[in-house]
Amino acid sequence: MTDTVDQGKGANGNGAAKENHATPRLDQLEGGPWPSFVTGLKRLRDSTDKQYAPMVNDLLGQLEHSYTERLGFWKGGTVSVFGYGGGIIPRFSEVGDKFPESKEFHTLRVMPPAGFHYDTDVLRKMCDIWERHGSGLIAFHGQSGDIMFQGTTTAGCQKAFDELNEIGFDLGGAGPALRTSMSCVGHARCEMSNFDEARALRTVINSNVGEIHRPALPYKFKFKFSGCPNDCVNAIHRADFAVIGTWRDNIKVDQEEVKAYVAKQGRKYTIDHVVAMCPTRAISLNDDDTVDIDNKSCVRCMHCINVMHKALAPGDDKGVSILIGGKRSLKVGDLMGTMIIPFMKLESDEDYAKLNDFAKRVIDFFADNALEHERIGETLDRIGLPAFLDALDIEPDPNMVKHPRTSCYVRTDDFTEEAEKYFARKGLRPDGSKLDAAE
Amino acid sequence: MSNVTEASSTPKPATPPKPRKPTESGVPDPLQYMHPVMRKNYGNWAWHERPRPGVLRHVAKNGDEIYTVRAGTQRQMDVYTIRKLCDIADTQGEGHVRFTTRSNIEFMVASFDKVPALIEALNKEGFPVGGTGNSVSMISHTQGWLHCDIPGTDASGVVKSLMDMMHKEFITEEMPTRVRITTSCCQINCGGQGDIAINVQYTKPPKIDHGRVGNICERPAVVARCPVAAIRPTMVNGKPSLEVDEKKCICCGACYPPCPPMQINSAESTKIAIWVGGKHSNARSRPAFHKLVVANLPNNPPRWPEVEEIVRKILYAYKDDAKHWERMGEWIERIGWPQFFEKTGLAFTKHHLDTWVGARHNMNMSAHVRF
Repeated sequence: MTDTVDQGKGANGNGAAKENHATPRLDQLEGGPWPSFVTGLKRLRDSTDKQYAPMVNDLLGQLEHSYTERLGFWKGGTVSVFGYGGGIIPRFSEVGDKFPESKEFHTLRVMPPAGFHYDTDVLRKMCDIWERHGSGLIAFHGQSGDIMFQGTTTAGCQKAFDELNEIGFDLGGAGPALRTSMSCVGHARCEMSNFDEARALRTVINSNVGEIHRPALPYKFKFKFSGCPNDCVNAIHRADFAVIGTWRDNIKVDQEEVKAYVAKQGRKYTIDHVVAMCPTRAISLNDDDTVDIDNKSCVRCMHCINVMHKALAPGDDKGVSILIGGKRSLKVGDLMGTMIIPFMKLESDEDYAKLNDFAKRVIDFFADNALEHERIGETLDRIGLPAFLDALDIEPDPNMVKHPRTSCYVRTDDFTEEAEKYFARKGLRPDGSKLDAAE
Repeated sequence: MSNVTEASSTPKPATPPKPRKPTESGVPDPLQYMHPVMRKNYGNWAWHERPRPGVLRHVAKNGDEIYTVRAGTQRQMDVYTIRKLCDIADTQGEGHVRFTTRSNIEFMVASFDKVPALIEALNKEGFPVGGTGNSVSMISHTQGWLHCDIPGTDASGVVKSLMDMMHKEFITEEMPTRVRITTSCCQINCGGQGDIAINVQYTKPPKIDHGRVGNICERPAVVARCPVAAIRPTMVNGKPSLEVDEKKCICCGACYPPCPPMQINSAESTKIAIWVGGKHSNARSRPAFHKLVVANLPNNPPRWPEVEEIVRKILYAYKDDAKHWERMGEWIERIGWPQFFEKTGLAFTKHHLDTWVGARHNMNMSAHVRF
């Protein structure tokens, strides 16, 4: 453990020696096997030849003050870069008199490459830029998926952004705007992937960058893209618009690999952990150690594929499900996304254009209809799903519900006409019977 | 006066440098940064396995292989840490990395030969290798006292303390299945849903600084933010302010972000609550929200020992009792809440009975009981 008072070595950058703040509480976060953010902050503080050393010294001072008082001491404000209205999280210290070097400590939210891929060259460039114009502290990544360049002055925001923008990076969302998006590793490395996640993300987000850079929506709006229902980017909980890869045809089965799996793991293990854990009893083990799958009952939960990933795989008729309305507690309580589009094919250029068109229509609907500070999930609750489907020209589908309504408080005098429309969509007669070949 | 005349008669003032116009380039293309084997086999992977904790082997349809070594980071990284990770990627790896949703870093190499030295280099520099398969991965978390404007605690410190405690569970794969833990510094819960969630829970109504409300807050907007309509405009000492019906107030803190004089945080009343059974994946059961199990734990920096103790109890009760592939919530679904509270030694109280909209759907409307 370090001394409670380290002697600074000209840490204010002006030649005059300034003592490092004592950090007895933070020092206790330096021990233990997990990498310590406090040790990292001290490395920055002790880089006395760097412009950020005095800022990080005062930042550590304020953080220690928070650990002592058990309170936060930052307030927001308004800071942006030329041409944009969002993307900077302004932070002004409420105890700036005690810690003047870090009295402005703004964060730049920067959109990462889809799937969070980097090479060391671009990471080093980012470090160099943030060493010149910021605190030297970067988070990979925030909960919305941004690279967070944490800690710079108001003037530093523009300088850092200009240089980051020159190497191909752009600011993300903040405030009532389209937000930075996330996609899983997907096509880049995962056999479960059912669509090109990075392409879908970049198609939708990059056609709507204006909504990110100039906040003008009723409240935040988030897209997230997961290649399969394992949902590694937590889209259903966390996104207003969740795009989840899926497939329409049968699970692909390599029966020889199934036999090899059963031979290795044993029948009891296979029955207990694959067959018995299927939520719809859609898989069964045959006497010859092959499997049968009832694909009509399968809900695409991924469990059997996750367990037997060499033997089983998603089908070939790939696309996405779209769920709308996920969010956290403010203000009506937690909401998960609701199934709105059970299947949209996503393979050809036209398919991606269609996804983009639908995304734009949903954003427009949100902009036109949500109340101030209302997430689209709350709008759906307020107006009811039928009104939303009507506005977006989407037909009702039994995949949208856990079960049909249980309340009798509904007016049904046009039920027959609605049923006829349903049968027409299914290619049936108005009474639901099959057409003759001649018809 | 014509422009021509004006231009010729007025001496030009020194113009400030023209601000740079941004290139609205949006999300960068990841292919330019991707390992060449991943780029070559984009969308054409066949299967994978885990040769050891922290290492993935993915095989493409054409037989190409890519090995991934996953390591934990502190997420809030100084440039020295990032450059050290780059040095490791350049000397022991192949110069390409990515980050996971939970802020783990992944190093990709085309041959297993490079894996042992890569792991050794990471361990030597203090980066734990793990977080794959049936492990406790890195805790996803929020900004806290370091940077947030409304934090009740410091997620980075809570996470560091807990990951120290669970270090062994990160570098091994000995849990029933994957464990995803989250931490949030206020009830907005930016950390998200988790098998275990460690979240700030306020316990008192906001203390109002009446002298500042009128100048800082847009009062109708603050009134509108309250989920239980407990806030009313009022005059205090001749100044416009707001008042809170403390009998109705649910202490959620929703009024605080739009109106900082509605101070929800205090050193004493800001507490920590623990929730369990949140799940994002659709595997087996539907995605699920986490459920409250313990509230009123002290917000006790720098290492939050009371929180650590409860998390340990829950984690190891789950480890001892859950079946392979059962997530926390699925384990509890099987054994039932009575056994969960018995096995963890935690108390069941009236505060576990939901009172929010739709609460009846969370009650047991059946004769199914467990003894």
